[in-house]
Parts: sequence; structure tokens; C-alpha cells
Amino acid sequence: MNGNKEKLVIIGNGMAGISTVEQILKLSSRFDITVFGTEPYPNYNRIMLSYVLEGSKTIDDIVLNDLHWYEDYGITLHTGTTVTRIDSETHEVVTAEGQRFPYDKIIIATGSSSFILPVPGHDKQGVVGFRDIADCNVMLEAAKQYKKAAVIGGGLLGLEAAKGLVQLGMEVTVVHLMQDLMERQLDPQASAMLKAELERQGIRFKMGAQTAELLGGERVEGIRFADDSVLNTDFVVMAVGIKPNTDVARESGMEVNRGIVVNDYMQTSLENVYSVGECTEHRGVCYGLVAPLFEQGMILAKHICGVETAPYEGSVVSTKLKISGVDVFSTGEFIDSPEHTVIAHKDDWKRTYKKILLRDNILVGAVLFGDITDSAELQKLIKQQAEMTDELYASLMGTGCGGHKKAASVETMAEDEIVCGCNGVTKGTIVDAITNQGLTSVDEIKACTGATRSCGGCKPVVEQILQYVLGDSFTTGAKQGICGCTSLNRDEIVSEIKQKGLQTTKEVMNVLGWSQPEGCSKCRPAINYYLGMIAPDTHVDEKESRFVNERMNANIQKDGTYTVVPRMYGGVTTPEDLKRIADISVKYDVKAVKVTGGQRLDLIGVKKEDLPNVWAELDMPSGYAYAKSLRTVKTCVGSQFCRFGTQDSMAMGALLERKFERLDLPAKFKYAVNGCPRNCAESCTKDIGIVGNDGGWEIFIGGNGGIKARLADSLCKVKTDEELVELCGAIMQHYRETANYLERTSEWVERLGLEQIRAVVVDDVKERKALMGRIEFALEQVEDPWKKALRNEEGQNKLFHGIEVTARP
Amino acid sequence: MTTQQSAIYYPAGEIEEFLPQIGRVVEVKGQSLAVFRTSDGTIFAAENRSPHPKGGPLAEGMVSGYDLYDPLYDWKIDLNTGLVQAPDQGQVRMYPVKIENGQVWIAI
Repeated sequence: MNGNKEKLVIIGNGMAGISTVEQILKLSSRFDITVFGTEPYPNYNRIMLSYVLEGSKTIDDIVLNDLHWYEDYGITLHTGTTVTRIDSETHEVVTAEGQRFPYDKIIIATGSSSFILPVPGHDKQGVVGFRDIADCNVMLEAAKQYKKAAVIGGGLLGLEAAKGLVQLGMEVTVVHLMQDLMERQLDPQASAMLKAELERQGIRFKMGAQTAELLGGERVEGIRFADDSVLNTDFVVMAVGIKPNTDVARESGMEVNRGIVVNDYMQTSLENVYSVGECTEHRGVCYGLVAPLFEQGMILAKHICGVETAPYEGSVVSTKLKISGVDVFSTGEFIDSPEHTVIAHKDDWKRTYKKILLRDNILVGAVLFGDITDSAELQKLIKQQAEMTDELYASLMGTGCGGHKKAASVETMAEDEIVCGCNGVTKGTIVDAITNQGLTSVDEIKACTGATRSCGGCKPVVEQILQYVLGDSFTTGAKQGICGCTSLNRDEIVSEIKQKGLQTTKEVMNVLGWSQPEGCSKCRPAINYYLGMIAPDTHVDEKESRFVNERMNANIQKDGTYTVVPRMYGGVTTPEDLKRIADISVKYDVKAVKVTGGQRLDLIGVKKEDLPNVWAELDMPSGYAYAKSLRTVKTCVGSQFCRFGTQDSMAMGALLERKFERLDLPAKFKYAVNGCPRNCAESCTKDIGIVGNDGGWEIFIGGNGGIKARLADSLCKVKTDEELVELCGAIMQHYRETANYLERTSEWVERLGLEQIRAVVVDDVKERKALMGRIEFALEQVEDPWKKALRNEEGQNKLFHGIEVTARP
Repeated sequence: MTTQQSAIYYPAGEIEEFLPQIGRVVEVKGQSLAVFRTSDGTIFAAENRSPHPKGGPLAEGMVSGYDLYDPLYDWKIDLNTGLVQAPDQGQVRMYPVKIENGQVWIAI
């Protein structure tokens, strides 16, 4: 491609090879780079495969460098191409197809593959390793067809595979040769705690079991162990270890033990040929983890570019299990022997375990279970071979309250120390990004450097670096608007709308100088609400500024189908209505019928295009289960049937629901009406809770059972039903006029204060009447949205139906 | 990678069949596309699948300028490029669109 550049060939398109290339690109442009990869993908993050299997990431999410990246740097990439041999006579690499490519320098980064136990039956269908995307895909497919899986190997990879398969709905047994899980990374204590936790998460274990044979015909049907016991299974994942891929090195006559032998500068026995990552053996060690490959790659890059560098002297390895909810970490030497001083703390109640090993008072290893917040700190101390002191002891072991200080540590961290092990981001890179590009948040650092992008374990350290670099300016006191588009707050916006007579969201944004002319998903719905609240008679509701649920008048589910919830005033229905709901559920094949928390029925899984028909055939009012509006009025049986009931709560519930339904409110709104102080309908967790007593009603406000649970406050007592309805209306209108969009009454009551609300809606009778007048006026404008949508056939078509292209172009 | 090769344009309806700032699903050759008409009359066609790991449709998202807010997870997506805006990451596949005499054509 470019004749006067040196030809650098990378054999292997994985993390080790490409991270070395990334380092080289930073240092020099003297190379014309060609990469060969056997897999048909660009470079991806192998350690994230567990997340793909678990379903929290897709294969696309874990691609580290997409094809554009190779293009941008002028790198020639051959995917699906295996290099079989290096011809050092002619200075060429030879591919499986016999093609030859010249080189000046070569980096072998072929990684490792799953070790498959050579037991009889290991080649049956349904037996895979867990190493690459292809294995991952086989596992995802198997989970769709088969029920029972066995994972042979209770190490890191095996457990991650097992958890992934459980997540996919399989019944999983982990078969392990030893008595302890992850015995190469954990001590028996931590191992036992891990096993208990994983059993809680649904994984079964068969410990001390030696696999003798895989049973079955063409496909695997079971495992026979050395003691002749048998485990039935439809699928087997082998995760007993990895073996370095050294074929190309052997074929080329290089020195190979377990891995390709390299010196402290990653040079192999063949001139101009280097090796990095899991395929190499350095000082007798083959690493199977990600951190060493970054350290090796960094030294190799400097060496190959002629930049002076310290030799590679091996890595202190750390292990973290990537299973959500199970925090395990180990680093350095962690199995205690007589030469160690052991500091250990085991807490069976909190299920945490922490062990630190010292040799001659130097920190040499640690194991953490349950709480791994100290992992980054320990890793660093062990790497630095720090000496244990009273201060350090206090900081690490603390008093158990977790209040110890550890800010200064990032200060002493070396510039080229890796902070994010998943993506190989150093402290220096992060500090540069902060100082040169003015970044002020972890999210920005993530977007710019990739740190914290993968497992997120390094986030605390990134935060510390941010704090350390920015110092006092870390927390900026800039004025906060309702969203990033404006610096105006809610009250300022509402008063500007009133003063200037603004009519549409677009007008508001133009006149008030929004930074994004059409706003964002936060401010558009808010402005639409404020406009409607201020001018209920003239405001034209903007469907395009509504969240999908409100636009479709049904609740979207994660698969894109919808939930339909008809009204059931006061939670009361009739056999006829129930029959109709049942018939329609059958006819439209709904996936589930569920009783909601507010005493109604969810019809879950209706297709978007069926929504109008379902509404038409139900012929019931919309339950507004999707809206920032009155949702449900929960009731008890009350005086009609209950021997304790003093008030007719069902009738009052239905009356209030009919009266106040459909009106837009700042947030969703729930009522409860109880016939007696036994409070069976749970008014203490509702926006308005009503409790009947012998002489009238007591009103509670600001309760919430949701994200921030809050018990309702007693507002006042009233004697008659008329007073009750009027107070409810006044409370709702006061809330409509003063709350921030999306602010629940629980927050609103705390912000305004119960006394302020009481002064306005209870004590000031004139104001109460005025509020009631305004809410009545707004209520006159509302209409059932299902009926309205059914009347507007053309609009209905555009909203609910797709277009199918059948015509040929 | 989202490069297109020798795409064929299919007629996807009149521009009036698309409400401003409200997406609509168009099925072309078994492909589900989310088609958006922005307030200035530009039409964009995206693969109707959120780049979020949990997927889900895109057509019901909120459109502001040339940005799309994904309906399930509120990811911000640039309709010009299909790129998910920071701090989230990903890319939606976008399809070429042309308008001739009020007729929308989408290339697959």
C-alpha cells in the first residue's frame, strides 16, 4: 500500500493484537499495518461475552473497533483468514489458502481456545466451549430448544456461562472436579459463600465430580462420572480451561512451551517476530485474563516503535466475576500459607468477606466477596508492594461503617497505570481528557475515553480522578433549568406563558430562547402540559409532544405490544363486563390478563393495529392506566356489605372517579376510599386517601407506595359528601397549578408544606371555591380518548397502522 | 457497519400519510422500518429496532429537530447518522430516502 513504510503484520484480530496496534498508532506512523483474523468479525471485547449470553448486551454492543476504525487508520483487515505459517526465509506469512503476504515485523496475538476434555463423546452435538461469538450463538440457540444444561468447570468462565444459561431459562448444573469453586482465584471461605449465593440464584452444583464420558447418540444426552453416576442433560458447555493457540508458532519453528516463549520485550525466538496476550508464555506464565495483555501490549508497542521502555516483568492478576449481584474479587497471592500474615473479616449476616495477605508486612494479595469497593485500591497497593501501616490498616479494615477516607490514592497513581481494565484506559489518558477537553462528568469521560464503558468496576476510581483533577470546581453551581434546553425553571416558564400568551410548545421554545429549537423528551411533554393547564379551553393538545403511552392511549411493553386497561369505577365491575373482557381477550389473543394494583384488569400484549378494534368491542371508557391523570380509586367493600363499614366507600369511590377522570395532571394520581378506619383500601399510600368514620370523612394527602414510599398526611376532616368532593377538587387543582411536571404529590406536599396547602384549600373558603370553579371548567373540556380516536378514522389509520410496501419499484 | 450497496428504491406512500413528528412503521420486503417526518418535511427511514440491548420498536419515539428519543429507554438518536448520542452508545441502521412529487421512496 505504501512502499516506504515498514510492513507490520498482526496475526490475530482480538483484544491483545488490536490494543497493541492502538498503542502503536499513538506512538508512530511508520508502519503499514495488516491484520489477519480467523473470525468473521471486527475486533470485539471477549470478556463481555458473558453479558451477551446474559442478554444485557448484544454482539454489536461489544464490538470495540468497527470496520470504520480500520479504514480510518489505513489498516488492512482480512477477516475469516487464518495464517498458518511464517516463512522467515522469504519474510512472508502464509495463509490457509496458500496466499503469501510480505512482512518486516510480525506480532502474533492468536489468543487461546477452550480446552475440550478428551473424554469419549466429547465430539457429540450439543457440546461447546465458551470462548467466542460462535459459542455464544450456539448457547443462545440451545436455550430455545433444550431445557437441561451442564457446565463442566466451576471456574470464572464456567460460572458466567452457567448464570447466562439460567438467565436464558435453562436448568443448569455446574460440574466441578474440585470441592471449591474458582479454587484458582478464591480461598475456601469465599468459595463457599459464592456457592451459596449462586445456589440462591438457581444454579445447581455437583462438586468433586470427574467427567468420564459424554453419553448419547448423535447428540449428547448425559454425563457419566468416574464413580459411574450419571447426570442427564441436553447440552454441555466445557469450561475447564484454555489452551494457548500456538499452531502458527509451532509450524514456523519457534520456541513453544505451553505458550509461545517471549522475553521481557515480547520477542519470540524468531527475529522480528513478537507475541502478545494469551498465546504467549512469559517467565513460565501463560495469562488467561485481560489486564496482562494491556500491560504487555504497551511495552511491546514502545519497543517496536523504538521508544525507551522498562521491561515487562509479569503482571499481578486480579479476578472479577461478571455476574450481576455477585461481587467477587481476588488479586495477587490469596491462598494463605505459613509465611503469610492474614487479616480477615467474615460477616455471615451481611454476606461479606475480606481477606488481605501480607508477607514480611508487604501487601501481596487479597480476596473480597460481597463488597468489592476496595478492589481498585487493593490492586494498586499490591502492585506497589505497599507496606502495611496503622493508617492503611484503619483505612482498609475501618470500623465497619465504611466512612474512611481514600481520596489521596489517585494522586500517587502512575500516569501509565491502567484504570479501566476492560478497555485499557490509563490514568494519563483520563487526566488528559479532563484537562484538554474540559470534561466534568464520568459520562463524558466514558464517551471520550471508553473508561467505565464495559463492566463499570472502575467508576469509583474515575470519579476520584475527576475530583482530584478538578478540585473545588468539581461541583458547579450553575443554574438548573427544567432540562438541558433552557436555564428557566418551571415557575418562570409558566409565568412567561401567561404573560406573553404563548400557545404552542414551539412558540414557547422560540420566544424563550431554547437551545434546541424543538426541545427534548423532557421539556416537550412538560410544556404541553403547562399550556393545557393554563388554557384548558383553547389549548390544542400536541400528540407529537406526548410520550408514546399517552399518544396511543395504551401502555407500551418492551416488545412493542400494548396493555389495555378499561375503567372500573371504584374497582367495581359486573359479570356482563367481565364476560366481554374475557371474550375480547380470547379473540385478540392477549398474552396475559392481570389484576392491577389498583383493582382493575390489564389486558397485556395487544398489537398496536388491534388497539382501535379492542376499544370498540370493549365499548368501555379508557382506564387511563398510561396517563398523567387520575388512574384508579381503590375502595373497600364499605357499608353496603361490610359489618364494620360506616360509609358507602364503593359509591363514593365511583363518584370521585367519574367526577375527576380524564383530566391532565402533573403526574399519575391515585385515590383510595375506605368505609371505616380499618383502612382496607390503604389510603396511607395514595395521593388522596379518604377514610370514612361515623360522622363524615377524613382526608389524607401525599401518600406514595412507589419509588419513594411516603405515608400520607392527614389534611382535614369533613362532615358531608359535598364538602368531600369540593375539597378533593380544590386539592387536585392546587396541585395542577403549582406542581412541576412529573412531580408526585408526595414530593409536592413536602416542597410546599402541608400548612401552605391547608391554608389554601381548607382555611381559605373563597380560594377553595375558586379552585373548584377552575377544575370544573377544565373538566368540561375532556372527552374519552378511545371514543375520540375511533371517531377519527383517518387519524386512526396514520397512528395505529403501518404501511406495507407491495408494489415493485 | 452500515454501508449500502446498489440499493433499490421502493415507493412508501405519499408524504401526507406521515404525520409530522410522529413515526410510522413501513414494511418493505419483510423489513420493518420506522419512518419519521420532521417538522421541516424531511423524511428519515430507520430500522425499527432500538439499539438498546433490550431492543424494542423505534417508531413510537419522540422527534425533536433531527433527533429521535427512543420510546422505551429515552436514548437520543441522531436521525442523520443513526448514531446514539452520548453517554449511550450504538447506531441505528438508516436507509436512504428520496421524495419525488410528494411520493416517498425508500432504498433497501
